[in-house]
Amino acid sequence: MRKPYAITLDVGSSLANLTGSWRTQRPVYVDRLPPCNATCAAGEDIQQWLFHAEEGNYETAWRSLVRDNPLAAIMGRVCYHPCEGACNRGQLDESVGINAVERFLGDEANRYGWEFEPVTAESGKRVLVIGSGPAGLSAAYHLRRLGNAVVILEAETSSGGMMRYGIPQYRLPRITIDQDVQRILAMGVELRLDHRVDDIEQTMRDGNFDACFLGVGSQLGKRAYIPAGDARRITDAVTVLHRMAGDEKPMLGRRVVVYGGGNTAVDVARTARRLGAEDSIIVYRRTRDRMPAHRDEVREAIEEGVKLKWLSTIAAADDELITVEKMELDEKGFPQPTGELETMEADALVLALGQDVDLELLSKLPDLNIVHGAVAVDGAQMTSREGVFAGGDMIGGERTVTAAVGHGKKAARAIDAYLRGVAFKQKPKHQMATYDLLNTWYYADAPKTVRPKLDIIRRQSTFDEVIGSLDEATALYEARRCMSCGNCFECDTCYGVCPDNAVIKLGPGKRFEFNYDYCKGCGLCVAECPCGAIRMEREPN
Amino acid sequence: MRTSHVKFYQTGTFTVGNRLLSEDDRSVQSTLERTNSLNSGHRACQGCGEALGARYAIDAAMRATDNQLIAANATGCLEVFSTPYPETSWQIPWIHSLFGNTAAVATGVAAALRVKGRNDTRVVAQGGDGGTTDIGFGCLSGMFERNDDVLYICYDNEAYMNTGVQRSSATPPTARTATSPAKGPEPGNVFGQGKNVPMIAMAHEIPYVATASVADVRDLEAKVTRAMSIRGARYIHILVPCPLGWGSEPQHTVRLARLATESGLFPVFEAEHGEITDRRLIRRKVPVEEYLSLQKRFAHLFKPELKMDVIARLQAVADRNIRRFGLMNGGDD
Ligand SMILES: Cc1cc2nc3c(=O)[nH]c(=O)nc-3n(C[C@H](O)[C@H](O)[C@H](O)COP(=O)(O)OP(=O)(O)OC[C@H]3O[C@@H](n4cnc5c(N)ncnc54)[C@H](O)[C@@H]3O)c2cc1C
Ligand SMILES: Cc1ncc(C[n+]2csc(CCOP(=O)(O)OP(=O)(O)O)c2C)c(N)n1
Ligand code: SF4
Ligand SMILES: [Mg+2]
Repeated sequence: MRKPYAITLDVGSSLANLTGSWRTQRPVYVDRLPPCNATCAAGEDIQQWLFHAEEGNYETAWRSLVRDNPLAAIMGRVCYHPCEGACNRGQLDESVGINAVERFLGDEANRYGWEFEPVTAESGKRVLVIGSGPAGLSAAYHLRRLGNAVVILEAETSSGGMMRYGIPQYRLPRITIDQDVQRILAMGVELRLDHRVDDIEQTMRDGNFDACFLGVGSQLGKRAYIPAGDARRITDAVTVLHRMAGDEKPMLGRRVVVYGGGNTAVDVARTARRLGAEDSIIVYRRTRDRMPAHRDEVREAIEEGVKLKWLSTIAAADDELITVEKMELDEKGFPQPTGELETMEADALVLALGQDVDLELLSKLPDLNIVHGAVAVDGAQMTSREGVFAGGDMIGGERTVTAAVGHGKKAARAIDAYLRGVAFKQKPKHQMATYDLLNTWYYADAPKTVRPKLDIIRRQSTFDEVIGSLDEATALYEARRCMSCGNCFECDTCYGVCPDNAVIKLGPGKRFEFNYDYCKGCGLCVAECPCGAIRMEREPN
Repeated sequence: MRTSHVKFYQTGTFTVGNRLLSEDDRSVQSTLERTNSLNSGHRACQGCGEALGARYAIDAAMRATDNQLIAANATGCLEVFSTPYPETSWQIPWIHSLFGNTAAVATGVAAALRVKGRNDTRVVAQGGDGGTTDIGFGCLSGMFERNDDVLYICYDNEAYMNTGVQRSSATPPTARTATSPAKGPEPGNVFGQGKNVPMIAMAHEIPYVATASVADVRDLEAKVTRAMSIRGARYIHILVPCPLGWGSEPQHTVRLARLATESGLFPVFEAEHGEITDRRLIRRKVPVEEYLSLQKRFAHLFKPELKMDVIARLQAVADRNIRRFGLMNGGDD
């Protein structure tokens, strides 16, 4: 090369200068556990399915969701969504309406008839599932996905367990249960209705089953001793709600008193209003803020005219009069009797004091370990009987549809491992994506969408669904409010803010890589990453 | 300002890229095809705002001119860290002459191109605040006054960094530099000195003047693109935090630029032919302390005792900017 005057050296590129050698610490891409995922008892990867929904790829989003939970449309209605309580966006403006988007996706699946992916390889194993509540359905689905032959035996004439025989229609239309269950059966899961199991081991032998999952729930309404002149007027919530499934609706009368403070109490009281009760009164030992019932549901009940009577226990029930004793909270927050009595008129008294597990079925497995009326299981959901696993209400704990689905999933994976003769291992959890790891500057302010609600008059007289669905535009908006906590959403900010071009963009869906030849370890990418998906680590030696 | 009209609530329009946007609406910096005009291997400090701002600006100018661009560069960090003879980080035709004559060199290049009839090749001049507001000021004013077809970009890190942090006419009041030590009754740079070169550029009534910062790449790119669509003299003044000279953490460079604009200390606006046409609204207003306290050059305002009266004077500077440029008339975008 001919050089200009006074130039003696060829032009070189600074690429020869590996400035990465200056580094004392290095950025590393990580996936952190978003708080929504961490609180989901069904173990959903919420951030991941919202990521797909953000792009308007609803089917991909739904497929991602059902990898963990097959009951999307049901969940989008009955889940108490603790994920939203934990959502980091709640600290910025309002939590993401996760539950509403889940419902939208579940409904899209039912509207367009999306099916689960076909099972590719059969394992040759047979698994018995007892009970078709959410625990049994979830176990059956996940077992089938893993290639096992599955038979569900169900005592009732319809599937769904407490979702059908407990949760009222105005919260969960029956068509939704039918659709979500049908999709599971379409995978080749066999469901035998009107089939009460009374001897588990015999049934397993007769059917050549290699393992069994128990999901029989807690069906027996708890009773409290209440001196009563006319016991016909006293009934329990589970019985009342179960009768709602039949043709003959329960006759409760004009004034109905419900005793209890949980979700079931609220459901019965709201059902009573719809059946024509002028007065539907919940009597509860403590105060409203201590009610275990979900806040939103208590609010909706009050909107519908349900009355609440705090700090009261029922002392006696005679003919048409109920005697109530006033309580006061002691310093530990426990209600203590005051001796002050008062009476109220009532045509019916419904006890909603919780449910017990029916131990009858289990008595034929004599060495089954039962603790406080619930079946004990180990870390792999196995009972003290080898090959017999359990989940859902019957093992105690939080007793929700969500928890039941989570138990069913975990048990299915454990059963599969057990049948293959390998140890059941759960993936280690990622580090939490806490709010302080986010750079929230990058998220535009956007308030939460309000879900439409049914007109109040129709809520007092019909069993039409109370909470409406989001339309496509609002579901998309809501999904896009997700901050993708702890997981790269390919916003290109690291790629942009690196003064040394040391971030390599790998293209759509492939995220980024660091070029450690030139990364000086300044940490700008870590500080500016909106979602906390980069961690700074000390440079090895 | 001139950001995308599409609203994405997850990322807003604030992130560098956005996978939900159509290709045409994406920033230059988010694309695989960006030129990386200033390549890896340059010797700028960790977290250098000037290196970042220069790549943002020149990549955008390259895109806007279909890569038909020549740059003239003043002495300063940008020249020294990118081009120690015989090696260079520049992936564009680039010429260096002196500390104070960049505007004149660029004018000459533009004139040569005109003579050769190569109207499609455009010229950028770039320099630090010292090279622009002090020693190069005469040449710059001449370039403005003659309306030469050059975009001049000043990377303002508020002192002479390359020679060891001496005060310039862009150094803010109270800032400690090697020549304005934090000593005596009025520690740091004094109030009432310095000059506002964007406003002086406007006084020349040139076709286009803008300010920008490395905290908002979309805004910066939009301004460079707009500037390249205009013929004649144009001036863009970009705030580029300097970890070494400011005594800040290298990872805080973008954050500091953001705090400078969100506090009102550095107003971001646009002007054509001497009239302000647009300004970037403050989104989440912050008190000046939030900006000052992250920098050692202002440490004497906080230690050994908190000097609230001095901080209040700096707050008054920010408040005046907010009033003067209308930085708060509105909410979130
Ligand atoms: C009124 C009410 C409202 C509720 N609302 C909600 C809500 O909004 N959200 C929420 O998350 N949770 C709610 N729950 C709780 C939720 O319904 C339960 O936690 C969940 O259904 C438990 O699932 P499971 O599969 O363990 O049992 P279940 O749903 O009770 O299902 C057990 C199934 O096993 C069958 N079975 C029992 N014994 C046998 C046998 N021997 N042979 C064959 N089959 C048998 C039963 O017929 C039943 O179908 C509510 C509960 C009630 C009572
Ligand atoms: C005429 C002349 N005087 C002094 C110098 C030494 N010098 C080189 S760079 C520089 C300071 C540059 O400051 P600035 O323009 O603000 O750029 P920065 O390094 O801060 O980016 C000085 C004084 C020189 N090169 N030429
Ligand atoms: S001294 Fe400042 S401007 Fe110069 S290379 Fe370092 S950080 Fe950049
Ligand atoms: Mg400077």
